[in-house]
Amino acid sequence: MTFLAVEGLTVRIRRGPWLLRGVSLAVAAGEARGLVGESGAGKSMIGKAILGILPRAAEVVSGRILLDGTDLLRLSDRDRRARIGRLCALIPQDPLTALNPARRIGPQITDRLTDILGWDRARAQARAAELLAEVQIADPPRVLKSYPHELSGGMRQRVLIAAAFAAEPKLIVADEPTTALDVTVQREVLRLIAGMQARHGTALLFVTHDLGVVSKVCRRLSVLYAGKVVEDTDVRAFFRTPGHPYSAALLAATPKYTDPDSSLRPVPSAVIDAVRAEVAAWDAAHG
Amino acid sequence: MADAAEGRGAVRRRAGLRLWLSGGWLAALAAAALLAPWIAPHDPLAQDLFAGRLPPAWQAGADPAYLLGTDSLGRDVLSRVLHGARVALFVALVAGTLTALIGAALGLLAGFYRGWVDVAISRLVDIWMAFPPVLFAILLIAVLGTGLASIIVAIVVIDWTRFARVVRAEAMAQGAMDYVASARVAGMGRLRTLATEILPNCLPTIGVLLTLEMGIAVIVEAILSFVNLSISTDAPTWGGMIAEGRLSIHQAWWVLVFPLVALFLTVLAFGQLGEGLKDRFDPVLR
Repeated sequence: MTFLAVEGLTVRIRRGPWLLRGVSLAVAAGEARGLVGESGAGKSMIGKAILGILPRAAEVVSGRILLDGTDLLRLSDRDRRARIGRLCALIPQDPLTALNPARRIGPQITDRLTDILGWDRARAQARAAELLAEVQIADPPRVLKSYPHELSGGMRQRVLIAAAFAAEPKLIVADEPTTALDVTVQREVLRLIAGMQARHGTALLFVTHDLGVVSKVCRRLSVLYAGKVVEDTDVRAFFRTPGHPYSAALLAATPKYTDPDSSLRPVPSAVIDAVRAEVAAWDAAHG
Repeated sequence: MADAAEGRGAVRRRAGLRLWLSGGWLAALAAAALLAPWIAPHDPLAQDLFAGRLPPAWQAGADPAYLLGTDSLGRDVLSRVLHGARVALFVALVAGTLTALIGAALGLLAGFYRGWVDVAISRLVDIWMAFPPVLFAILLIAVLGTGLASIIVAIVVIDWTRFARVVRAEAMAQGAMDYVASARVAGMGRLRTLATEILPNCLPTIGVLLTLEMGIAVIVEAILSFVNLSISTDAPTWGGMIAEGRLSIHQAWWVLVFPLVALFLTVLAFGQLGEGLKDRFDPVLR
């Protein structure tokens, strides 16, 4: 059953260039979908559009964002915010700027429980400690009383994951959640997100530029190029037989451990030109 | 890493010394100002024309009853400096705080809401800052009339722009942080986001600016007193004493020098207090 359906979403900078060119993608309830693309492809923009935190300069020109059957773009500001707050959460990219440095960890997690679920403080406090234990943080009561600068980057990312899952959202958008972490921590955090996602039955939209990361967490995959989805496929099928020439070239460009001496293969210019021509045609058609 | 830690330690130690020295001077001055009616050896307004221009106690021909000497009307310089501190610190505290409140509020609104609110406030700041501040202050006093309230109003009206500018930039920077986005996703309303996510992170900046502003308020009050636009002409103010002392600098340097030293140290202390607080609370150094 489809939980999130983005249909023909078109976003541009006001009086400026296009950011998303008619993007469509769907996430089923409980499904983990990867959204990959190179920098500037618009992958973070999709997440931001869904969560209603597009930068001020960006405007949605057309399209629909159906969240559990309701088009978010047709709701009033207030209703949209309430609906997103109840159903969605964000795991942000940079754990260093994603926690308010002036507040203790505790309220930053329990806020969601008291605001969204209407719990009382004591109950929220207890639940926050459980969540921290679930993300394998030692001594939750101490961490709840800590300020963000007292925690390491990896711990902060765990706290953010706990906060995202706190109010049992139906969809979590993870915006490059491991990019700012070093490789060993990355691995643990990925395992954690995958585990939490499976246990809580939460749908996950995992935005990343790293194909290796996607294969560890996601079942389905959308490949984005220049604000267009060029391929929508099963992760395993993608690695066996990529459908779109751009996807195939992207996969071929990944260096292989098994063949360390081969030189890196960039995406061939013919493939880029073909996709660019497609994009140019779209731009021409949309003025 | 060791270097960075050492550098941080050095900065903190220096900040500690700064805070102690500047805070100590200001605390002593505040105590003296509060207790002036009781600790001042003489009535600051009492004239004694037979005891005019007496030098400080350690010089020849001095009267030990007048520790820092007397001015040309025979008024006790020490008592006048102590009473002058009352005016200076009162203006610093009230004008500084009011300026901070008004300027920071407008800056927060501009930086957080952006759009037309920002355009309106920022253009107003630009226009405001085009006026030369001291002339603007004198003009304001001319319109409002002299008096303590007028001085405070003049300082607030002129200097709110300083806070508005800096706090606006800070609020903008904070607004772009991921934790603000997270709070919005979690359904937090605008006003609450401003109060719990943005404002607390702007407070260190506002605090540092506030101490600097207090120093500026002391100077502005002294300038206005110097040109005789402060509170009533015979009330003891540092600026007024400096103006009077200037006339008899060749006969009685002490009338000019002691209020000048008090003014200098106080403004310096406010500036250093701000610097020290900045070093102590700068999150990059913490």
